Amino acid sequence: MIETSGQRLGELLEHITGFIYPNEIEIHWSILIVVYPYVTGLVAGAFILASLVKIFNVKALQPTYRLSLLTALAFLLVAPLPLLLHLGRPERFYEILLTPNVTSAMAMFGFVYAWYLMGVLLLEIWFEYRRDLVVLAGQGRGLVRQIHRALSLYSTDVSEAALAFDRKAIRAITVIGIPSAFLLHGYVGFIFGSVKANPWWSSVLMPIVFLMSAIVSGIAMVIFLYMVLTALRKEPLDMLCLDTVTSYLFYAVIVDFSLEALDFIHRLYESEESVGILAKLITDKLFMSLLVLQILLGMFIPLGILVLAKARQFNEDMRKMLYFTAVILIQLGIFATRWNVVIGGQLFSKSFRGLMTYKMEGMGIEGLLLSLVLLAAPFVLLAVLVRILPTRRLEDQVAPARS
Amino acid sequence: MNKRDFLKGMILFFPAGGLLEMAANAAAKETAATDAAGAQPAAKGAPAASAYNGDKHYYGMGIEIDKCIGCSRCVEACKAENDVPQEPFYFRTWIERYVITKDHGVIVESINVKGKAAKETPQEDRDVIRTFFVPKLCNHCIHPPCVQVCPVGATFSTKDGVVLVDSERCVGCRYCIQACPYGARYLHPKTRTADKCNFCYHRVVKGLLPACVEVCPTQARIFGDLKSKASRLTRFYRMNKIHVLKPALNTEPKVYYAGLDGEVR
Repeated sequence: MIETSGQRLGELLEHITGFIYPNEIEIHWSILIVVYPYVTGLVAGAFILASLVKIFNVKALQPTYRLSLLTALAFLLVAPLPLLLHLGRPERFYEILLTPNVTSAMAMFGFVYAWYLMGVLLLEIWFEYRRDLVVLAGQGRGLVRQIHRALSLYSTDVSEAALAFDRKAIRAITVIGIPSAFLLHGYVGFIFGSVKANPWWSSVLMPIVFLMSAIVSGIAMVIFLYMVLTALRKEPLDMLCLDTVTSYLFYAVIVDFSLEALDFIHRLYESEESVGILAKLITDKLFMSLLVLQILLGMFIPLGILVLAKARQFNEDMRKMLYFTAVILIQLGIFATRWNVVIGGQLFSKSFRGLMTYKMEGMGIEGLLLSLVLLAAPFVLLAVLVRILPTRRLEDQVAPARS
Repeated sequence: MNKRDFLKGMILFFPAGGLLEMAANAAAKETAATDAAGAQPAAKGAPAASAYNGDKHYYGMGIEIDKCIGCSRCVEACKAENDVPQEPFYFRTWIERYVITKDHGVIVESINVKGKAAKETPQEDRDVIRTFFVPKLCNHCIHPPCVQVCPVGATFSTKDGVVLVDSERCVGCRYCIQACPYGARYLHPKTRTADKCNFCYHRVVKGLLPACVEVCPTQARIFGDLKSKASRLTRFYRMNKIHVLKPALNTEPKVYYAGLDGEVR
């Protein structure tokens, strides 16, 4: 193990350009730490999309409301795994919870995470599903019935008063939930933005850029899942919903792009000590992932597609195809964004005199395979969740059948 | 004073200095002996280090650029003393060589790393306007960013001004490595925890010098106590024009460089 890591780093020595501090050869935050902000971003984004329905009363988005909540839950459950697996001593992780260092942004992770999972997401989902769970528990049989009863926490009250309380609770939780979602992901941005030693990270805009890109990726992910799910279930797609949600996506991408452009222009204009090495970083190391993947494929082209889809009177199938292409490109772009922040920030020496290289492991614990497993895990979880918890309200499902 | 008087003085001065040192050594041995003797009956509860009082010291290091000849004995001594892996990318201390050329070009190399990029790049002598070595190590900052970001408090500042890592507590998240502006930290491949220079704390509390200081043949490194007016470091600080690395980051390093070039980062 030691031998191999030594050999691996030894090979990297050949790929240095310029001068680096000798300890800097090792890229410490690997692909797993790219996965982490990508996943929490999806959580925050999906939740904020769900909040649009409850707080801003955007009725058109109702078909995606439950799916958004479940998407947020599925990704949130996976979010701590890449962090845990990345630790040098994962068996000591509990120390972050037991003896947190109050000046450390990272030490707050456990609390922010626990609050968001227990205080916001699970509560909102429970209140939203309580009535349906009671009904399902009444209909079902055997194990499924027991699961539904347990999930409803054995409540049985579906009187109008109880349902009114559910609605009130959901509203209250959403009101608290929006700033909590901002906290969850803004905090991840702060972890990077507060590292003064690293000029690529150190920016007051970092938490906000993280947040906006999170909203973009979350909305795009829910659109993707909604389209796939309806296709799998051979259900009709609600075009009003799809058109509305893609409009929100469009505005979110515009804001996200403006913020990132502002950050870029600001850096270029201030032209501090680090500007030379950062320029080299972009042209030599991040050309593909930043300029091509993130900006061109992940932003400009999807923006163009969305404009096209809105401006022209295409038929539904054409619009669906355009939207679908756009959301996939956007996912790719946001993943590239995370890559460029996390890996990009470690590819230049803090002496500002040289560049390093990141060579991803294939099979190792910080390798590509495990990252793909972690990225696939939320989809598996979600597949289970949508089986137990219907993504449409039971009353809504029944209503069209009658009419 | 004429030449004769001066030489006479010299004849007396050096032996006298030697005698004084012998006396001092004898005294030191005596105290050490009494310490050890005192500690033995007290057994587990009060180890020998109990005689050491951290409140009374505040350590730092001085480095005189013009004295460093780039022999790397400090690097070797450090690796041997502190179980630092031998591979050329784990260092608690290392030496950088700067070559400044006529056209204001700067060539920097880590002389302890023999990679492709770090091979000797021969320079036309007449193109070189100045060249020097810079020993680097943990700066034991007064405001250490590594301590600020450590999620579990495994890295901490001691009362006597040393930044230490508790390898029993460190979870290996490597946030400290990201936060250090000086590249002074690495992840130890055996323990999987963060590691860096600790001023040879185990030696310092016994009244010894850090290994790198001990072996430096030109006394380019000076270790000392900023709280003591008589310490060599205090004198070094008084007698030289001092600069620290990356002062704009407000980390307030306690490794002080004399004769540091503005090109050094």
